[in-house]
Amino acid sequence: MEQFATTVGLFPLPDGQRERLAELKGHQKSDLIDGDEKPAVREAYSATQGHYIDRQREAGLNRIVEGQGRWDDLLAHPLCVHDNVRTGGIVRYYDNNNFYREPIVTGELTPNGDVPAELAAASERCDDLHAVLPGPYSLAGLASDEHYGSFAALLDGVAGFLAGEVAAFPDAVETLTLLEPGFTTDPPDAATHDRISKAIDTIAAASDAEVIVHTYWGMAGEDLYRHLLDTGADGLGYDLVAAPDAAGDLVAEYGAPPRVLLGVVDGQNTLIEGRETIRERVRRFEERAATDVKAAYLTPNTGLFHLPVSKFEAKLDALAAAAGGAQ
Amino acid sequence: MTGRERFRPADHSNDHFLLTTVVGSYPKPTWLNRARDLRDDDDSSDFDADAWDEAVRDASRAITHEHEHTGLDVVCDGEMRREEMVEFFAERIEGYEFNGPVKVWGHNYFDKPSVVSEVAYDEPWLLDEYEFSTDVAQRPVKVPITGPYTLASWSFDEEYGSEETLAYELADLVNEELSRLVAAGARYIQIDEPALATTPDDHAIVGECLERIVADLPDDVRVGLHVCYGDYSRIYPEINDYPIDEFDVELANGDYEQIDVFADGDFEPDLALGVVDVHTTDVESVEQIEANICEGLTVVPPERLTISPDCGVKLLPRNVAREKIENMVRAARNVEAALDAGEIDLDCRTV
Repeated sequence: MEQFATTVGLFPLPDGQRERLAELKGHQKSDLIDGDEKPAVREAYSATQGHYIDRQREAGLNRIVEGQGRWDDLLAHPLCVHDNVRTGGIVRYYDNNNFYREPIVTGELTPNGDVPAELAAASERCDDLHAVLPGPYSLAGLASDEHYGSFAALLDGVAGFLAGEVAAFPDAVETLTLLEPGFTTDPPDAATHDRISKAIDTIAAASDAEVIVHTYWGMAGEDLYRHLLDTGADGLGYDLVAAPDAAGDLVAEYGAPPRVLLGVVDGQNTLIEGRETIRERVRRFEERAATDVKAAYLTPNTGLFHLPVSKFEAKLDALAAAAGGAQ
Repeated sequence: MTGRERFRPADHSNDHFLLTTVVGSYPKPTWLNRARDLRDDDDSSDFDADAWDEAVRDASRAITHEHEHTGLDVVCDGEMRREEMVEFFAERIEGYEFNGPVKVWGHNYFDKPSVVSEVAYDEPWLLDEYEFSTDVAQRPVKVPITGPYTLASWSFDEEYGSEETLAYELADLVNEELSRLVAAGARYIQIDEPALATTPDDHAIVGECLERIVADLPDDVRVGLHVCYGDYSRIYPEINDYPIDEFDVELANGDYEQIDVFADGDFEPDLALGVVDVHTTDVESVEQIEANICEGLTVVPPERLTISPDCGVKLLPRNVAREKIENMVRAARNVEAALDAGEIDLDCRTV
């Protein structure tokens, strides 16, 4: 099994830029990113993106993410900067001591090019990009709706929006990961599984890059997992930190796609995993899988903004060391 | 006298007594923040540790007196020594280290510490704060202290691999700290557990932490539990089994939508009710606060009702914080007088 080191994005702001951006923008809800930043703020985020790319190269990662420094509202960002969305109060981000502005959808979610623009800027510096987006179910779950009229219609609308964004990605994007923590924090009912599959198909059909759907803080239930195996996505992600046994049970029973993303380092703990710990997690997964896995992306199980900068960087180094040693 | 009556001031003017107090934090004087900048500035060699200690004592004295001037029955020093509710304690507990700030939301960060070895009691945490404020106060002093479940939840755990185990270890340390505070004379302790609102399914862990915290404490120590911004239907009636004298909760912020959760007639501890919102700079009128106090009387009778702000008031401008507390005390005294005169009954209905 080939192994490549990468991440699932959502990086913490680097020292220096964190303070500079706070000074430029402020600390209140109304100061957060709205897609129309002033030049000094744009420059600070451009420098942040450059720093992220350099640091990933230095670590030796095999796929480079843009880092999502601008994503003040975490996975809700693509909606929070949309013209047909207004932002409401600050609400809790899943079961964490983190908060985001609740996006309230007030009109049709037409593609707006925000994420493609970030990736286009990054593509000027690298041609092996890994794009990271919220999956349609989780993004719809983070929003409230005043336009579509039902969750099913909102889900379809979000899928169309994400597909439009993905279609505008630069050629340098080789891999796209859709993050779906909502599969574990708010599991969809069985009646929604088909619609989720279609939503993922819509996005995968728009992508020239390979597409991976990653679940974390647990694993999808059996029925949803079977649906995910049959979508147009090229691979699936597994949280081997929070749910190694559940992941093992699923791949033992139903197999795994040929390409997988393995969350092998803890994105929410400062403890830095050693190379052997990471390899052992990979080995156990591979042993339990009922089907052959050709390639694995080794990543943190979650985004890395939960960590202080020094530990975030140490996690990058740990992933690269584990994958590099395996190759 | 072991009940709340011992906190009734000698010159209290009404027969009824609604104990008024604060949750803890208060805006720091601007000059104290400037003094901190000087302390942290490596180039400012003439502002040393002694100068900082003097500044903190001055602030502690000023805010304790400010609390007394508002008429509060039980006061504290507004936590002038503390910057953040987890950082302050983690700096004093063996086994913790700091690796840098982490995001809470937007550009708001805190220094989330890591537990990297077994936690142990090293130096007293709050003894200086308590002894100094008691020394300068005429009124009784309450000690707010961050609870072990929150200290565990809002830290990275590199050592234990179980938040529950870490919380219990920290609970034993809180117990040790309380034994020292009680030996120094403290009789009113408030355990702050905001993390319980994030993960209410862990209410049994918080219950076990509280059992460890109060182990071997004298019966005359009043122990409160403060929780804020949660879905209380998920922790009530379980909190009835907690070994606490008082449950302190914010409800003004939500316009008392959740008061009915507690109003089943079986509420066990005393209720400390938030009656002013700490997330708006609009100062509630005395009449509005009187109506808020009446919400509490639907849960407990007056002799079991404590009056406080929703939460710590440190994010408010100082003049706003003071005005809110002044109005709160006035409202409590007005409700007491109305109860004395029989103008309202125990359900706060006008007679």
